[in-house]
Amino acid sequence: MAELASPAPSPDPGPGAGRPRRRALGRLRPSGALAGLVPFFVYTTIFLIIPTLVVVVGAFLGPDGRPSLGSLAALGQPGFLKALTQSILLSAATAIGGAVVGALLAYAVSTAPKDGLLKRFVTSVCGVLAQFGGVALAFAFMASFGLGGLLVGWAKVVGLDLGSGIWLYQWDKGLMLVYLYFQIPLMLIVFLPAVEGLRPQWREASETLGGTTWTYWRRVAGPILMPPFVGATLLLFTNAFSAYATAAALVSQGSPLVPLQIASTFSSEVILGQENVGKAMAFSMVVVVAIVMALYTWIDKRASRWMQR
Amino acid sequence: MAQRAALRRKQTTFRWVVVGLVMAFFALPMVAAFEFTIRARGAEGGYDAKTWQTLLDFGTLAESYPDLAKGIVASLLLAVVTVVIMLVLLVPTMTWVRLRLPGMSRLVEFICLLPLTVPAIVLVVGLTPVYAWVIYLLSGATVWLSFAYVILVLPYAYRALDAGLRAIDVKTLSEAARSLGASWFTVMWRVVLPNLRTAVLSASFLSVALVLGEFTIANLFAYKNLQVAMYLLGKSDSKISVAVGLAALAFAFIILFAMSFVGSRRERKS
Repeated sequence: MAELASPAPSPDPGPGAGRPRRRALGRLRPSGALAGLVPFFVYTTIFLIIPTLVVVVGAFLGPDGRPSLGSLAALGQPGFLKALTQSILLSAATAIGGAVVGALLAYAVSTAPKDGLLKRFVTSVCGVLAQFGGVALAFAFMASFGLGGLLVGWAKVVGLDLGSGIWLYQWDKGLMLVYLYFQIPLMLIVFLPAVEGLRPQWREASETLGGTTWTYWRRVAGPILMPPFVGATLLLFTNAFSAYATAAALVSQGSPLVPLQIASTFSSEVILGQENVGKAMAFSMVVVVAIVMALYTWIDKRASRWMQR
Repeated sequence: MAQRAALRRKQTTFRWVVVGLVMAFFALPMVAAFEFTIRARGAEGGYDAKTWQTLLDFGTLAESYPDLAKGIVASLLLAVVTVVIMLVLLVPTMTWVRLRLPGMSRLVEFICLLPLTVPAIVLVVGLTPVYAWVIYLLSGATVWLSFAYVILVLPYAYRALDAGLRAIDVKTLSEAARSLGASWFTVMWRVVLPNLRTAVLSASFLSVALVLGEFTIANLFAYKNLQVAMYLLGKSDSKISVAVGLAALAFAFIILFAMSFVGSRRERKS
């Protein structure tokens, strides 16, 4: 009776189709089926849910461990608000830039022969770069744009004076450029499966019905790819917003971004009575990202409503 | 037919232009960083390979930079353990949800995407009490960091696997296999997994690259993995740390590139 407990969204299977399905998939009772999920839930509870609760609850506790809004009130300081604004601007700009370039790259790669060398090469490069937004990347940029760096010399040949390289350490110039080095590859990795899901038959069908390339993109591929594109862009936003290592390695003075502010409250000596301010800052990060993800869910729901057959 | 050939030509041109431009953009700082590592020390300039000689000889490296050598070994182990836990945890769970418990898919998705709303730096704070228990029950070894790393890779692995599951009809495939007498294990191993090949590989790619590049959690928990060792070294010897960074990139690239071939060989066999 398992199939009664979970209403299948598939259309009416017709007479006679129920029996093989029951035999094939309905051997276990629903409770037995649920047991299959136990390892997953236990693991995520220990290493994800509990840590999250520690932060969320901690944000609402005062230094004495009693409920208090004091820690959250400390977020009103102009220094933190500035860092929050800068973090959001940086993440939004690199998410949109990375998504557009990454989507183009994903489409270009998807037209290559399957299992071809080009596709392997590009996905491998991107796989490495996407999560290498760490110290190595920052070091590479410091070496390239530092005093006497190779790229400073090349830029001079083109007529671009990069000056002393201070710009590299500023959040709205250098950090933005460096962030693109992990945003574009991440877009490729996340978006490639969606582009590869486009069947050549759909294009052929569109052409057979007299559609141009534009019609195909406007009426077929575009609508199909829009929800994954928007979803991936939001994912890129949260990726940049949470990035810590690159910024930590590049920025040595001040804390222009939220993750650096949080790290400074935890890595340095904690001022008495401020233990939970870091948790409150962390909580504010969670809130921003949660809003973005809620937006994503809403878009996804609207998209899937008209995508249903 | 001519129209199709024209389209294919256009696509090929577009492909090479886009891929070429983006790859050049990626290559620029790497080339410049490499140029930096082969500069000779001393005032007169010129180039030599001294930095790379030190780096490529693991014995010398372990002698002159013991922390770096230890960090490299620790990160490789972490990458393997993380991928194994991730696959064992996610692939059966996600397939099972699709087959038997579609009502749970929302909840599983929510949990898998939750790490996106809990950045690594936030996770560090919350994991502190949990890791106190891990150290107490298991040990303080660096390899147990992979428990936290699995959480970090969860959203990316989930998306990759979900895209793969969306592209195939798991229900029909497993119904067919079950009605032919296959056990659930056979269904997973011989039917679902081969069909998810690309997705499993891309989930593993992301996980390996993420672990080799992970800095935040290891640094704030004071474990020495590759990135932390490199970061600490950067303060005293920038040439060797830039070289290590490039080598790590190249090494991760080679692993991923090789892994992509392993995947396709299995495909040809089955």
